[in-house]
Amino acid sequence: MLTAIHDTKLVLFFVGVLAFLIILTIISRSLKSRRKGNVQRPVLDELNAGLRAWWKMIVIFVLSVMFGPYGALVVFGILSFLAMREYMTLMPTRPSDHLTLFWSFFVIMPLQYYLVGLQWYGFFAILIPVLAFIFVPSSIAIEGDTAHFLERTAKIQFGLMVCVYCLSHAPALLLLKIPGFTGHPARLLLYFGVVDQMNDVLQYVIGRWIGQHKIAWRVSPSRTWEGFVGGLVCATVIGTALWWATPFTPLQSAGMSLAICVVGAAGGLVMSALKRDIGIKDFGLVIEKRGGILDRIDSLCFAAPIFFHLVRYYFVP
Amino acid sequence: MNSGIHPIASLLAAVARGISGVQVQWAGCEPDERQRIYFANHTSHLDFVVLWSALPSEIRAKVRPIAAKDYWDETPLRRYFAQNVFHAVLLERGTSAKAKSPEEARFVGRHLIDEMDEALGSEYSLILFPEGTRGTGEKMGPFRSGLYHLALKRPDVELVPAYLDNLNRILPKGEFLPVPMLSLLTFGKPIQAEPGEEKDAFLERAREAVASLRRIGPA
Repeated sequence: MLTAIHDTKLVLFFVGVLAFLIILTIISRSLKSRRKGNVQRPVLDELNAGLRAWWKMIVIFVLSVMFGPYGALVVFGILSFLAMREYMTLMPTRPSDHLTLFWSFFVIMPLQYYLVGLQWYGFFAILIPVLAFIFVPSSIAIEGDTAHFLERTAKIQFGLMVCVYCLSHAPALLLLKIPGFTGHPARLLLYFGVVDQMNDVLQYVIGRWIGQHKIAWRVSPSRTWEGFVGGLVCATVIGTALWWATPFTPLQSAGMSLAICVVGAAGGLVMSALKRDIGIKDFGLVIEKRGGILDRIDSLCFAAPIFFHLVRYYFVP
Repeated sequence: MNSGIHPIASLLAAVARGISGVQVQWAGCEPDERQRIYFANHTSHLDFVVLWSALPSEIRAKVRPIAAKDYWDETPLRRYFAQNVFHAVLLERGTSAKAKSPEEARFVGRHLIDEMDEALGSEYSLILFPEGTRGTGEKMGPFRSGLYHLALKRPDVELVPAYLDNLNRILPKGEFLPVPMLSLLTFGKPIQAEPGEEKDAFLERAREAVASLRRIGPA
């Protein structure tokens, strides 16, 4: 935290985000007290839930910065754990998957974050896509239960990819060595989080406001092309306006934001489809108090590796 | 700390809550200090600790589990946990089935009910798994008759059904490594034995009261 305080741009950025959240919270509180039983209630509830999640994300961000990149790895590791816990709870697995699941939670997940911490890029980039890909079906096969074999393998592998592999690329941003940008990695993480979350909420709000054409009504009735384009444009404008906090030029920043938004939207859509497949509306609705993490970070999970690789490819020599 | 609770019990309760991420719902009644018999589905060694830890701490000291003597009295460690840590009521299991005559079976059965009645006394509550053994979690087994006879003998004690969701996937029978998934514990509406109700009808109703509380997976 001490070094972070000396980073004027980071402090400015952070205070800006904080002020934005405080204003939104005050507005939502006053709206809530004024209109009771109004038609707009579901939208307001949704936005309130989103706000609560944002406050939690701010706490996660502060903790990540306070304890340096390794603190961030622990914080995101816990987030991965909670996300995967939620995912596996609602995924129908079979008793014979027990040991494989144990390995996923207690060996593969910590190992992924450990490797990210070692900055052993060549290893952490293949641990889950290659090694776990081989390990999971082998481990299930050894158990000898062939019922729904491919389905079970795919469910566990997909959970590991989304909740652990993809998400671990967010704290990995803090360890990238970008020439001319050393000592400021926290700004990159905040930039990523802000663009992704603004895209999420703007897609929802604009979709509610002027949305007509559903992207895939079977998957999600609230996702429309109008919302998608509107959110994309607005979030990209916001991202472009934040170029000063990043190693990018304004044009590069626009490109990065655009990539985050497109992939983030895809992530949201994919996770909606997955939820429909297992017959739930939201992860949080089944397990009210402890759930709902995946509903909030689905776009983040998908966008993190893409943003990481774009930055690494173009800005890390 | 509550004087009646063994420190290891409190520790295990905290660990079990952490591993199982249990969320508790009082859907048919509220936590209460009155004497009760909590009866639930049984799929995991965690069942009792999770159910017990879900009760408010002032109630916990007065709630004892019913456990199988043949299992929990087998090794000194198990005996220590059952008797000293959790003050379990250890009962012989399946003795009436082993009895040579119907008279002997009835006698043994009555003896077990007396033991439970004695354990209840005038202030204790019990946790009971009427299936008598851990199942896979797919479908609940039939209920044993102890609950019925106990209900008749102690009409003053409330019978509270509870369903433990997902613990069969966290620590299934035969595994000793837990997978930390989330679980749900739902307490339902208390039931009573109706005047003149047949044993089988009551047991089926009790079983249905538990099964209807299931939230995750096929109903």
